[in-house]
Amino acid sequence: MPNVSADDLRVRLGRALPGVVQEVYPLKVAPPPAQGHAPAAFVTGDTLVDAARVVDAALYLRDVLGYAYLSDICVVDYLTDGIFEVVYRFYNVEGGPSLALKVRVPRENPVVPSLTPDWPGANFHEREAFDLYGITFVGHPYLHRIYMWDEFEGFPMRKDFPKQGDKYIGEDE
Amino acid sequence: MADANNIQQDLEQQGVFLSTVNRFYNWGRRSSIWPMSFGLACCAIEMMAFGLSRYDVSRFGAELFRASPRQSDLMIVAGTVTKKMLPQVVRLYNQMAEPRYVIAMGACATSGGPFRDGYNVVRGVDLFLPVDVYIPGCPPRPEALLHALITLQEQIDNQKLGRLRWYGKGDKPQMQDFPVPTFGAQGLEVDGKLVDPVGGLPSVSPYTSPEYGEQKSGQIEHPEITRHFPIMDPTVALEHALKARGISPEIAANDLKRDEVSNA
Repeated sequence: MPNVSADDLRVRLGRALPGVVQEVYPLKVAPPPAQGHAPAAFVTGDTLVDAARVVDAALYLRDVLGYAYLSDICVVDYLTDGIFEVVYRFYNVEGGPSLALKVRVPRENPVVPSLTPDWPGANFHEREAFDLYGITFVGHPYLHRIYMWDEFEGFPMRKDFPKQGDKYIGEDE
Repeated sequence: MADANNIQQDLEQQGVFLSTVNRFYNWGRRSSIWPMSFGLACCAIEMMAFGLSRYDVSRFGAELFRASPRQSDLMIVAGTVTKKMLPQVVRLYNQMAEPRYVIAMGACATSGGPFRDGYNVVRGVDLFLPVDVYIPGCPPRPEALLHALITLQEQIDNQKLGRLRWYGKGDKPQMQDFPVPTFGAQGLEVDGKLVDPVGGLPSVSPYTSPEYGEQKSGQIEHPEITRHFPIMDPTVALEHALKARGISPEIAANDLKRDEVSNA
């Protein structure tokens, strides 16, 4: 059963594709809470790759390591850091744990190359990320809204999307 | 009414059958309510149980779930109504033949439920449709839906033919179709006017039940809040990573005074 660890991936990817792997810098994530544990610097062992070359890294996972199944694409909005993190999760169909590739793009101009030409299954994932977070996937064949209606403006899953309603009334300001 | 019923029962026991057109008509209608087979979310699972053998709605004459709005009397709004689904829901209701009834099943259809403050869920289907019976619960058990059906039957029993909005001479509040919302840049629109913004509070009041005229109640939720659509507003500053500042503080400040605002 294939079992490539996240650290392993980082080393092998850095050797095979020089300049693709980036150093993971810690994120501020959230201010320390009034009580309880302060959040640790948010660093995981997953590989952070250069946004412009994410397709190369993904193809390396597929063709060399055999991680052919793109399970999901997920976006994390780090508002204080001003970045979006796009997380791609790959599985090997023969089994074993998954591997993640991460990409960081600025919130002002989030542009990532599309994986859809190589993974047709990435089509709807990328449309969802575009719909709810406004990330532009260059090379996507049909980058339109998928959940919200086409006329809608704005990206409702962004952290700065306004909230109004009973739940938010009277919360500490 | 109760005396009249007793006299009628006495006469029926002695073999004399007397009725009024009104009573006969209501009996016919209450005994064969045809719901539309139309489910939106998890409440629809309970609605299926309500139709199947264990709870067996055919005991109450409502077992014919029709797949067409043209053939059904009752719309059971079973589940979460998203903003994207709402125009289709209103359109289906408009296509139903009169007399027609609506049951808002569960917390979501009644008020938005746990998704009330989300960006995508309508805060109660009664903002756009007149609802006859509401059922609390998440999801309500099939017994609760049966109870709602029986409640609806009782409401039908009390209807007077001459005063029904479909037949009577009185006020006819809704002779046109109910307005079907359209999709706009900021949320749902009716006649080009923003009524239910995404990420904001709706600016329409709910319909009252048909018993009370099926008109807009005029009571807008949080009328004291100025409604605008601040997504593209540059004044929306950030307090910290998880919290947008700008629109919320005023609302909170206004709303802390909620008790001082009259209900009128």
